[in-house]
Amino acid sequence: MNSSLSDSSLQDRRDRHRSKSRDSSSRGDKSVTIQTPGEPLLDAESTRGDDRDDNWGETTTVVTGTSEHSISNEDLTRATKDLEDSTPLQCKRFIGPVLGGCLSFFALITPLAFLILPQVLWRDDLEVCGTPCEGLYVSLAFKLLVLLISSWALFLRPPRATLPRFFVFRCLLMVLVFLFVASYWLFYGVRVLEPRERDYRGIVEYAASLVDALLFIQYLALVLLEVRHLQPAFCLKVVRSADGASKFYNVGHLSIQRAAVWVLDRYYSDFPVYNPALLNLPKSILSKKITGFKVYSLDENTTNNSTGQSRAMIAAAARRRDNSHNEYYYEEAEMERRIRKRKARLVVAVEEAFTHIKRLHKDEATSSPKHPREEMDPREAAQAIFAPMARAMQKYLRTTRQQAFHSMESIISHLQFCITHNMTPKAFLERYLTPGPTMQYQQQNGGGRQWTLVSEEPVTSALRQGLVFSLRRLDFSLVVTVTPLPFLRLGEEFIDPKSHKFVMRLQSETSV
Amino acid sequence: MSFVPGQPVTAVVERIEIQKLSQGPNLVLGFCIGGGIDQDPGQNPFSDDKADKGIYVTRVSPGGPADVAGLKIGDKIMQVNGWDMTVVTHDQARKKLTKKNEHVVRLLVTRKTLEEAVKQSMSRPGPS
Repeated sequence: MNSSLSDSSLQDRRDRHRSKSRDSSSRGDKSVTIQTPGEPLLDAESTRGDDRDDNWGETTTVVTGTSEHSISNEDLTRATKDLEDSTPLQCKRFIGPVLGGCLSFFALITPLAFLILPQVLWRDDLEVCGTPCEGLYVSLAFKLLVLLISSWALFLRPPRATLPRFFVFRCLLMVLVFLFVASYWLFYGVRVLEPRERDYRGIVEYAASLVDALLFIQYLALVLLEVRHLQPAFCLKVVRSADGASKFYNVGHLSIQRAAVWVLDRYYSDFPVYNPALLNLPKSILSKKITGFKVYSLDENTTNNSTGQSRAMIAAAARRRDNSHNEYYYEEAEMERRIRKRKARLVVAVEEAFTHIKRLHKDEATSSPKHPREEMDPREAAQAIFAPMARAMQKYLRTTRQQAFHSMESIISHLQFCITHNMTPKAFLERYLTPGPTMQYQQQNGGGRQWTLVSEEPVTSALRQGLVFSLRRLDFSLVVTVTPLPFLRLGEEFIDPKSHKFVMRLQSETSV
Repeated sequence: MSFVPGQPVTAVVERIEIQKLSQGPNLVLGFCIGGGIDQDPGQNPFSDDKADKGIYVTRVSPGGPADVAGLKIGDKIMQVNGWDMTVVTHDQARKKLTKKNEHVVRLLVTRKTLEEAVKQSMSRPGPS
């Protein structure tokens, strides 16, 4: 068994999956098989094993999807997902920022060029310009510095999303800057370079006015790109189509594509991770469906009215007594109980495991030579205490269908992290007891996630009431509904602090 | 109506019997009560002792059953059908008066003029 683990080809993977599942369930308390990183703890088939429990050998039949050398559907989707998730960096995503960077560099160089060119080309002809020019030089220098710093602070950030259409405001601003600088150059070329203008002070003032104008454009950019959408105006309801997880967010005035990016930012840290294994009702409940009423029409001259027939069948099915809700209820209760039992075992196992190690302080390092203690670094300590809790952890993860998210390697490294930071067993377990946000399970790669924005309106139009768009991923989508925030009429009522007075209740009078 | 704390309350009472009148589904007596141990006794315009938390008659509707039976405004009700009314809450008093299955209420009421009348008759030389 262990020798086959050393290969990592796709073919052996499936063998390993199946052999591993039987292996770990029977030998989990005696030995630990260390695997190559990235391997899930249990095989892919167990995500479909609704009817699999501890006694799988003696009760129900287990449906397995793979044979020795075929590839299951889930392997395929997983392979494509991995491939897509780790696409290499696309060049397309850097075009916008690079263009903007070039433009702003050009715009910043321009005033300096305006000043330097006359000096270089016709220095002798220039009129001497004393103190006023020097004052202008100082102000020009500081304004350029401010422009530089604020451009760095605001705009020089790696882009976080590529939008399907042009980002209207950004394009507008770039066009504005370009036109501005181009028209200044035009004027400069025609009026200064050609006739070799001698009034140097005028040229310096002209450069200073360009820098002022650039500052104002930057103010405009700040307002349009950063500030305008800060005041909340709409309430977005985001619902995940697969399992109904929903959240409400307040956003300002944004276009649909910007709002989509905003929502996706929040999605990764607010929504619990999408677990496809948790979705379906057990097949045993759903399978007792209509066995079918056959409808025969005895009339010879009626046409075959199929809608009438199907309607009759549906009505008949609705009138039947359907007890599947009963089974669903009991199944749910049973599942709850099982999860609680496994959770209790897991918590006890982890607590016990954590008592096996303790932190070595520096002054205890020189202990008596009679009892030499083996010093371990966090990784070894984690591996040492992982063994007693491995089985309970694996069973718990399997019951809550989370085993696809946590590989053994990830559990050991999380354990190492917790030990290093002096966390209690409960802190270690919080990652496994509740399904965290999707960010927790992301591997860091530069490829980025592919989402598709589906909308009936053009995606650069602004948000307004009643708009609905959805963000689609491979197997689920987020449906976003827009409602405006209500207008608040705030009134005022002044209460004099001296007006708080009390009396005994008046004699009440009752008529009899 | 003297009230010495710790001593039993003594009063001169008049017995009044009121026949309830049925107005639609209700039986009415035709007067209003005020007072009770859960009310503010200082607001009572009819009592001498402003700490008296008894049940007083505050209004009598003219021509009603109470008026016919001789109940006067300002009377203090001591008993209703044998139930004590001197130490009851307002709502308890109302309930004792408006029992649906009773058509007659016999009240023991007291007023200041009764005491004075008794004093006068005692001070006058009685018939030998």
